[in-house]
Amino acid sequence: MSGNHPGLSNTFIHSGEKFEWSKENLQSIKKIISRYPSERKQSAVMPLLYLAQEQNDNWISIECIETIAETLSMPKIRVTEVASFYSMYNTQPVGKNLIQVCRTSPCWLRGSNKITDTICKETKCQINETSEDNLFTVVEVECLGACSNGPMIQINNDFYEDLDETSTKQIIDNIKNDLPNKVGSQKGRRSSENA
Amino acid sequence: MSEENLINIKINHKDLQVDKNLTVMQACEIAGEEIPRFCYHDKLSIAGNCRMCLVEIEKAPKLASSCTMPLMDGMSIITNSEKVKAGRKGVMEFLLINHPLDCPICDQGGECDLQDQAMYYGFDKSRYSENKRAVENKNMGPLVNTIMTRCIHCTRCVRFATEVAGVPEIGMLGRGENAEITTYLEKSITSELSGNVIDLCPVGALTSKPYQFKARPWELKRTDSIDIFDSVGSNIRIDSRAQEILRVTPRVNESINEEWITDKVRFNYDGYYQQRIDKPYIKKSSKLEPSSWSDAIKILKSKLKNSNPLALVGEHTDLETGFAIQKFMSHFGKDNIECRTDNQSILPILDSYRFNTPIVNIEDADLVILCGTNPKIESPIINHKIFKSYNSGAEVFNIGDDILLNYPTHYLGESLSELNNDLLKKHLKKATNPILIIGSGFLNQLNSNDTIKSLFSFASKNKIISDGKNNLNFLSPYASRVGQLLLGNTSPDNCQPYTKLKKKSFDTILSFGSEHIADSAFKESFKVYFGHHGDEGAMSADIVLPTPLYTEKNGIFINIEGRPQEAKKCHNPIGEAKEEWKILKELSNQLSLNFEINTFDELRQDLSHNYPNLVNFHEIIISSNKYEDQSNISFEGSSCIYPIQNFYMSDIISKNSKTMAKCVEDILSKPLLEKSA
Amino acid sequence: MLKPQDRVFQNLHGQDDAFLEGARKRGSWSNTKEILSKEQNEVIELVKSSQLRGRGGAGFSTGLKWSFMPKDTGKQHYLVVNADESEPGTCKDREIIRNDPHMLIEGCLIASYAIQATKCYIYIRGEYHYEYLQLEKAIQEAYDKNLIGKNACGSGFDFDLYVHRGAGAYICGEETALLESLEGKKGQPRLKPPFPAGVGLYGMPTTINNVESIAVVPTILRRGPDWFKSIGKENNTGTKIFCISGNVNNPCTVEEEMGIPLKELIEKHAGGVEGGWNNLKAIIPGGSSTPMLAKDVCETVLMNFDDLRANGSGLGTAGVIVVNKDNNITEVIERFAHFYKHESCGQCTPCREGTGWMFRMMQKLVRGEISPEQIELLENVTKQVEGHTICALGDAAAWPIQGLIKNFKSELIKNYKKKLKAS
Ligand SMILES: Cc1cc2nc3c(=O)[nH]c(=O)nc-3n(C[C@H](O)[C@H](O)[C@H](O)COP(=O)(O)O)c2cc1C
Ligand code: SF4
Ligand code: FES
Repeated sequence: MSGNHPGLSNTFIHSGEKFEWSKENLQSIKKIISRYPSERKQSAVMPLLYLAQEQNDNWISIECIETIAETLSMPKIRVTEVASFYSMYNTQPVGKNLIQVCRTSPCWLRGSNKITDTICKETKCQINETSEDNLFTVVEVECLGACSNGPMIQINNDFYEDLDETSTKQIIDNIKNDLPNKVGSQKGRRSSENA
Repeated sequence: MSEENLINIKINHKDLQVDKNLTVMQACEIAGEEIPRFCYHDKLSIAGNCRMCLVEIEKAPKLASSCTMPLMDGMSIITNSEKVKAGRKGVMEFLLINHPLDCPICDQGGECDLQDQAMYYGFDKSRYSENKRAVENKNMGPLVNTIMTRCIHCTRCVRFATEVAGVPEIGMLGRGENAEITTYLEKSITSELSGNVIDLCPVGALTSKPYQFKARPWELKRTDSIDIFDSVGSNIRIDSRAQEILRVTPRVNESINEEWITDKVRFNYDGYYQQRIDKPYIKKSSKLEPSSWSDAIKILKSKLKNSNPLALVGEHTDLETGFAIQKFMSHFGKDNIECRTDNQSILPILDSYRFNTPIVNIEDADLVILCGTNPKIESPIINHKIFKSYNSGAEVFNIGDDILLNYPTHYLGESLSELNNDLLKKHLKKATNPILIIGSGFLNQLNSNDTIKSLFSFASKNKIISDGKNNLNFLSPYASRVGQLLLGNTSPDNCQPYTKLKKKSFDTILSFGSEHIADSAFKESFKVYFGHHGDEGAMSADIVLPTPLYTEKNGIFINIEGRPQEAKKCHNPIGEAKEEWKILKELSNQLSLNFEINTFDELRQDLSHNYPNLVNFHEIIISSNKYEDQSNISFEGSSCIYPIQNFYMSDIISKNSKTMAKCVEDILSKPLLEKSA
Repeated sequence: MLKPQDRVFQNLHGQDDAFLEGARKRGSWSNTKEILSKEQNEVIELVKSSQLRGRGGAGFSTGLKWSFMPKDTGKQHYLVVNADESEPGTCKDREIIRNDPHMLIEGCLIASYAIQATKCYIYIRGEYHYEYLQLEKAIQEAYDKNLIGKNACGSGFDFDLYVHRGAGAYICGEETALLESLEGKKGQPRLKPPFPAGVGLYGMPTTINNVESIAVVPTILRRGPDWFKSIGKENNTGTKIFCISGNVNNPCTVEEEMGIPLKELIEKHAGGVEGGWNNLKAIIPGGSSTPMLAKDVCETVLMNFDDLRANGSGLGTAGVIVVNKDNNITEVIERFAHFYKHESCGQCTPCREGTGWMFRMMQKLVRGEISPEQIELLENVTKQVEGHTICALGDAAAWPIQGLIKNFKSELIKNYKKKLKAS
């Protein structure tokens, strides 16, 4: 199951296109590198993987790896190790909305199974699949650190919390209809206060 | 070990005084307690990941991994308690959960650390009934075979590639159960030392591709020998069965190769049996035809009578053969033997043609100057030592071509006169232990021996030669060179000896494995090729005489630092091959020349009588003549031509190896390692 | 029960402005310069005497940890703040960061000053994207107002603060894995010794602390260690943020007095157990790694380090996970087993192989397919992992299973027999 999570695959693929840093990213890279000691450029590999992923449709291709290795004067295998170790670097292409459903016990105790089912049904994706229209990729993940707001999911950068089947379906529908979603609690909580 | 470094500890309740800088594991070894291990290796950084070396430290709540644990005064270590045994047994079980246990078909069978430990700790298979994890095999090139389900993730190979080979190309991808060892995108490892991962792998995950399924360890006959494919003299062990060599592996020699050998000597042995000259050949109407020893000797006898022959000494010639040649040739006058067919310049003293820094001390250098040498190709073991010095902070400078090494260098320029470069000067001033290595790239091109004298002066002025320490190093890539020069098998010309020699006329050329016999200068001469591999040299000869390979006879080689060592016979010569001294003896008899040697033992005795210091095995020869003259420093602007372009095809044996050919195709045809920052 | 005037985290739920203006109203940055005019040792002593214990899980005395830092080495020292918050059941640091980031920033400045660190990195878990943006914004404010940076708060102390994002690896919460990650490598824990105080980030002396540990420091120094000590009891002092999740009527995060009775915590703040207290099966009191407590223990246990330890568990991260009788407690633990298998770094043998194996056994256990002998084997295997690994993830993976077997063994055997009969 976890083997196919796009963020935890050990297989890297070519995109077939050259990967060059955008102008803005070149600026950001300078700033990022300056946060670490000058002889420790390698420290910037995680932020650079994020930048590359952002610039490359939310996944890391071999071309991204090689550009990062060059930028940081790092052996390519070391960049590959890092990219394969952390689950948030997608080594395979993903849909426009990467939906991560928390499956760990605190969320599960509050019904994450139903949320998963709803999402699979509404997106027509099985776990670890990308929908045909490339709008969604659905994965199950471990605890995302919003346990008092479970069950919860993450779509790209955003958390959606205090879910039930109805609110989940609404969120998916909104995406399909290109309507905005309210992030955070779907039950009207500000954060995790007792309410 | 000074007093203040000693601390008192207890191992299994016995008191012990040891150096405080040791680890618990090292202390246990001193106490004679064997500690099982998989990830620990004394040439690699400590990983502490296998957890097999657990020991009990009294008063500590948890068992500790002894390989990682520093000693403390008063520490009491227990290695044999039930708790320790249970801990290790647990680790063993975990290692075996996903291990295929396919020992009967595994090349490592009989030599496997895991198998040994499993026997010792007893493994109850029935406890674990789950399916085993399957891991896809990885391509690592033509030399290393991978069976990754057997991998126990000890990361020795990863650390070796990074820390020893200096090519960070192996890594562990993923995490947890999905962690996998691989090279970057499954490319071949671009190191001349890559085969060493096979020995390092404690299980059968990385094995030798050429050796695959060839034999089981207990069927093999072991012979100790040395590597003659470069001039370092790495110690090797050759495993053979009947008339065939099946495997070459390193022997530990901390003074030379530690426990590494090059991929060439490890894998080129299939070339030993290709294109072999198995019987005498005689040229008839410009075609070589098989013949007999008696016919060949008959012709030779008539040719050599009243002749003015020249003997060329090849790159793989042992000391005994060189001595026999000398004995034989002395009947035909003076200055008629040449081993410097590459035109190497020397002064007539040992210090001017050997590697004066003991190999073991190279890593102590804080500055290395490479002149006209590509150590990565010519001498991977020396290159490894330079890499070590680089890792402990040495700066490396390079003069010659801007070659690609596995560590960064300051490139100064093409000409030897760059030794006067300001940047280098600046660094030399700060350095306390600089070494200079000058290779054949320049040495073979020099026109004046002033240049070598200048090198000595330069060295003395720059702390390269000082306080009885000589770090001015001359690097020839050939195994036979230092020995043959010590025998005096060369002409008295210091520079361009071979070019000058070719201008003289010799009616007969006797080549002892030297391909230079094919030089057009010898077109008119009668040519005799003594050798084992039929290539250009043999093809150009009028008579070809089969001689044994270094694995088919005993012979001494003196390595580049001046250390005599012995290559030993593994099996009988192939076909009708005869040792050179026997042929020369036969010829002497026919020509009524004096050659009073009857056995190989007598030959060696005579050699040691005449050259006692050349047979003092394993000791570096102490040079009697020091170069003292302080001449002016002037370097000629000679060009640089490296002696070896292709590591895998540097000699006639390797050229005949299919495995080496695959390496060329797989490794050299793809872009080489990229320049590191 | 915590008195309102003793609350440290006054904007825990974002009821007010999260940024500088709001923070100042709540007392942050009010006399930082004065605090920084104390001797470094004095700061450490004050924190020590407050008996603040680390909020990241292990509960080690924060002041004592700081005192391990070498003094005047001439080397670069570092403070690294652990905001990886990945222990299932835990979501407290998130609230501090997004709703009151200046508490953390000011804490970073003061703690760094105490340990002579002029640079500090906050390592925040990658999924906390919003929290990361909030933090970056607050740091920018602090720089702009010269609260940090050169001559921070006019104290003469130069201080730089950076945020580094993780990228989805629980193990990076382990302090040495975190350092590896910061150095641009896989997050694989280092061998100890050497300890970070001697050889830490980039080989330099380093202290690693949890967000909550650092964020309470300014308040402790403002109100004095005696005030902090007056809350809770000896060695278990101060306030604590509890995260309550699972089968309660109102899951929430709440700041309470250290040592509040567990039952009171659940009933007062989380609206009680779903289906009533009698419907309670067990509670995991301190995040997924801590062994569960059976209902009878939950009646009386106090939520502090020592009392929980005395009851065979631990305060951990104070992530309280409540399981009622409507759910299969075995599956709760099986899911944790999956979590640990998923998050093992893969470096050391017992954890890499053991977590996978334990998970698969747990799957069978959920299905009732494990015989009493195999349950014993499972328990035995958890002991083969525990204490034999490089870092504590191995222990963390073993404990929940041990807790399950300890509390519910007869039930597990009953399930097996039932299943056997059925087939
Ligand atoms: C596997 C593992 C995961 C951990 N995760 C976290 C974490 O997410 N956040 C945290 O603050 N501490 C975590 N810790 C504890 C840290 O290693 C460290 O003890 C802590 O950050 C120290 O801070 P404190 O003294 O302020 O508690 C973890 C430890 C282990 C073994
Ligand atoms: S216990 Fe697990 S997470 Fe910790 S070092 Fe070992 S393999 Fe890595
Ligand atoms: S040999 Fe010590 S942990 Fe592997």
